[in-house]
Amino acid sequence: MVTILKADKLRVEYRNREMRQATKIALAGLDLEVHAGEVFGFLGPNGAGKTTTMNVLLGFVQPTSGAASLFGIDVRQPIARRRIGYLPELTYYYKFLTAEELLRFYAKIFGLPRSEADRRIDDLLKLVELEHARKRPIKSYSKGMQQRVGLAQALINNPDLLILDEPTSGLDPLGRMKVREIIQRLKNEGKTVFFSSHELGEVETVCDRVAIIHQGELKVVGRVDEIKKTHHSNLEQAFLEIIGYQPQTAS
Amino acid sequence: MRNVFAVAGIVIKELYRRKDFYVLFILTVLICLVMASVNIFNDKQIVRYLKELCLLLIWVSSLVIAITTTARQIPAEREQRTLLPLLAKPLTRTQLIFGKFLGCWIACGLVLVCFYFAFSVLAASRDHAWPLLNYFQAAFLHWIMLGVVVAMALLGSLVFAAPSSNSTICFVVIATILTVGRYLDAVAVAQPEPFRSIIYTVYFAIPHLEIPFELRNLIVHDWPLIGWNFVALDALYLLAYAAAFLVAACLIFRRKPLN
Repeated sequence: MVTILKADKLRVEYRNREMRQATKIALAGLDLEVHAGEVFGFLGPNGAGKTTTMNVLLGFVQPTSGAASLFGIDVRQPIARRRIGYLPELTYYYKFLTAEELLRFYAKIFGLPRSEADRRIDDLLKLVELEHARKRPIKSYSKGMQQRVGLAQALINNPDLLILDEPTSGLDPLGRMKVREIIQRLKNEGKTVFFSSHELGEVETVCDRVAIIHQGELKVVGRVDEIKKTHHSNLEQAFLEIIGYQPQTAS
Repeated sequence: MRNVFAVAGIVIKELYRRKDFYVLFILTVLICLVMASVNIFNDKQIVRYLKELCLLLIWVSSLVIAITTTARQIPAEREQRTLLPLLAKPLTRTQLIFGKFLGCWIACGLVLVCFYFAFSVLAASRDHAWPLLNYFQAAFLHWIMLGVVVAMALLGSLVFAAPSSNSTICFVVIATILTVGRYLDAVAVAQPEPFRSIIYTVYFAIPHLEIPFELRNLIVHDWPLIGWNFVALDALYLLAYAAAFLVAACLIFRRKPLN
């Protein structure tokens, strides 16, 4: 199996500038491998270190120690990002541009020839069902439409690896279903998808493998059915058990 | 360079799709038109005062556009989170800074073309003269000077937390340089040590923007052109400062965490 994404003893510490504040350990020696063609769910409660991991993988944050690579290339090299697509959580794209202009801008950064860019833009706007709004400024888009244009920009270079940070966050059930369908379609096309989510039902539906992270530490990694089997429950209950959640009983 | 031009293109699009420029342009033209329609004391030379005031308005407007447009670039990218998908692509932080600089600088150039064209039409209507080369020299050095302002504001946007504080500081610094910068050496002579050395250091360290500012007089008083070699030297001097500010901005931005 070809390893697409690798984190090796990744540690990230945030030093607090204020006096008497302890250094926050965002990641404590994370080891992770994602293989070609799989949909990999990255789970954890808020503040667990999911976004920090993604930030390191994308070269936004320097790890305190350890290393990370994409396609075998150190993430600090910009060339490592040539074959990836990234959708951040809650992004408000340039309001003064139309979806078509936004995609053309990103296509230019990837150096796509004009004809290729035109073809990709048409295909992607069809895929995310924004063809009718391609000439409208993004400021007139609903939240769901903005998230779909975000997904389109992540796919502009036809990436082999897609990194999605809570792609369905804030979307209505219909929007969530559409995003899920797109992930499923990408999976069928043999793309590798690495995504974080709080929607465990959705993770259960689309993911081949998941990793659960809590307080910067990797708690478990494996196939969804294996995790469910080990904990004799559904993924949500297994998740709560793994992160050590104790339900409070009324006295 | 492809990436730099792509980023610059977005900045230029932003400028002409926002209303800031149109508001300032219409306001400046309206004020100038009102002034041009007034004939005080039947003074034949009144056109000089008119030109001086119009050019001052153009200078103030161009500084407002240059500083406010540049100061919001990086903070807006951070706030709207567009910086993340942008830097997740094969675009380096240095390319982003240079793209933003180039975009703001070219946008300022386009703004100047509009302002100077409107000014030349207005002046020609009263003066019945069209000294194109004088306009070119004044507008060219004005644009080069705005390069220093744009680079300074871009550096400020990485140092100061809010675009408003950055804009205010940039305005104060530029206004101080334009008004008192040239007299600092004379002030230094009259001071005891160590103030003399400190003021001299400041005098030699700051970018002297007064030559482009004083070139307004070429147009106001119909003076002959200054030597093109002198224009080229001043342009090189100003571009060196713009480059220094840009290098500092790149060094700071490269170390800045984006989380």
